[in-house]
Amino acid sequence: MTLPAEKLITINDRGARVATTFGSLTSGGANMVFIKKLTASSSATLSFVDGASSVVLDNTYKEYVFTFKNIHAATSGQTFTVNFRDGGTNYDATKTTTYFLTYQDEAGGGDVAVSYITSKDLAQSTSAQIISQDTNVDNDASISGYLHLFNPSSTTFVKHFIANTQSMNLSSGNPYSYQAFIAGYCNVTAAIDGVQFAMSSGNIDAGDICLYGIL
Amino acid sequence: MALVKYNDRSLKDLTTTPAAAGGDTGALVLIKTLTASSSGTLSFVDGTDSVVLDDTYPIYKFEYINIHPATDGARFSVNFRDGGSSYDATKTTTMFATYHQEDDGESSGDRFAYQSGADLAQSTGVQRLTSSIGNADDETYSGELFLFNPSSTTFVKHFISRGSSVHDASANQDSFVAGYCNVTAAIDGVQFSMNSGNIDAGKIKLYGIKDA
Repeated sequence: MTLPAEKLITINDRGARVATTFGSLTSGGANMVFIKKLTASSSATLSFVDGASSVVLDNTYKEYVFTFKNIHAATSGQTFTVNFRDGGTNYDATKTTTYFLTYQDEAGGGDVAVSYITSKDLAQSTSAQIISQDTNVDNDASISGYLHLFNPSSTTFVKHFIANTQSMNLSSGNPYSYQAFIAGYCNVTAAIDGVQFAMSSGNIDAGDICLYGIL
Repeated sequence: MALVKYNDRSLKDLTTTPAAAGGDTGALVLIKTLTASSSGTLSFVDGTDSVVLDDTYPIYKFEYINIHPATDGARFSVNFRDGGSSYDATKTTTMFATYHQEDDGESSGDRFAYQSGADLAQSTGVQRLTSSIGNADDETYSGELFLFNPSSTTFVKHFISRGSSVHDASANQDSFVAGYCNVTAAIDGVQFSMNSGNIDAGKIKLYGIKDA
């Protein structure tokens, strides 16, 4: 065999492990690891449970991200919600949260604001947390966004989460652009091993939710 | 331990690695980096210059890194292409911001406010992503924008942007912009610009986020 006329180098396992560059590889991509996609099809709930259906939601990652792509409600005027499982099979972790939003009427006219919404936050409640405003069921309407869940497997700390959603919603019969900012914590020291998404009433007609782990 | 031999070319030409090395497990995929150099616009067009902006990924992420305007007080902006060659997709959007001057001298009402002059209601105009950015040597804007499912021909196309800038009044401004392109045509191009003057310097990176 004829070797090319360039310098030969020898590396062992350690050499590869400590290398910092390989051709056109980028290092950032591996920081976000795809785990699971659930696609709604007139679904009452979409649930991610550690150890079920290839879902990982434990101490493998210190941070998890859920992405929402074009969540479409079956029923008008409902809200998109999340809840968390802290042992057993019920999604009823106690939560304290905040909720504010900003909105704009398609029709213009100055109906715009950024406002805290006292009716959509929680204070030590086991209820589902609203993460988007009243749904619009027009064919082109949907909700997109993301939710970060930090260190769900901790048995020492409360479990923080931060969500941001952008949607086309209805208000007084008009389509609006809404962006909602939700954050809070599951005020439990038990591990969170399941996360469930649902509409406040009616089904999730369509849409994808993906779960990622952050290295 | 086992020894294997590589030459320079074998390593230099690598584009993927086994999962154990982390190369194939990443869900955030760098697609394209554009670097401004007194640029009037920076445009990402599907199918051009190795840009992918179609149904390959369900979500795309742009990162703005140290965007420096040529003109003091210029505003960094975005627009979207929904067919043809013009960046003129109809948009309904919101914008609010936090603001804090270096001398702590702003009025309390300026610290957190809706930016009613910066939002859009069914407009084809560019969407401001910042207020006035300073153009001193150390003044820039950095942040990110998520674009959801741009290839959909069913849904409006949602986007979410947030970034921190050095305001030309020597202040930090954290700008929150979101909305949707109210079109069912696919979005196949995204263009960034200043409302006045060029983008003097800075990088914009485009990533795709895998869903499988």
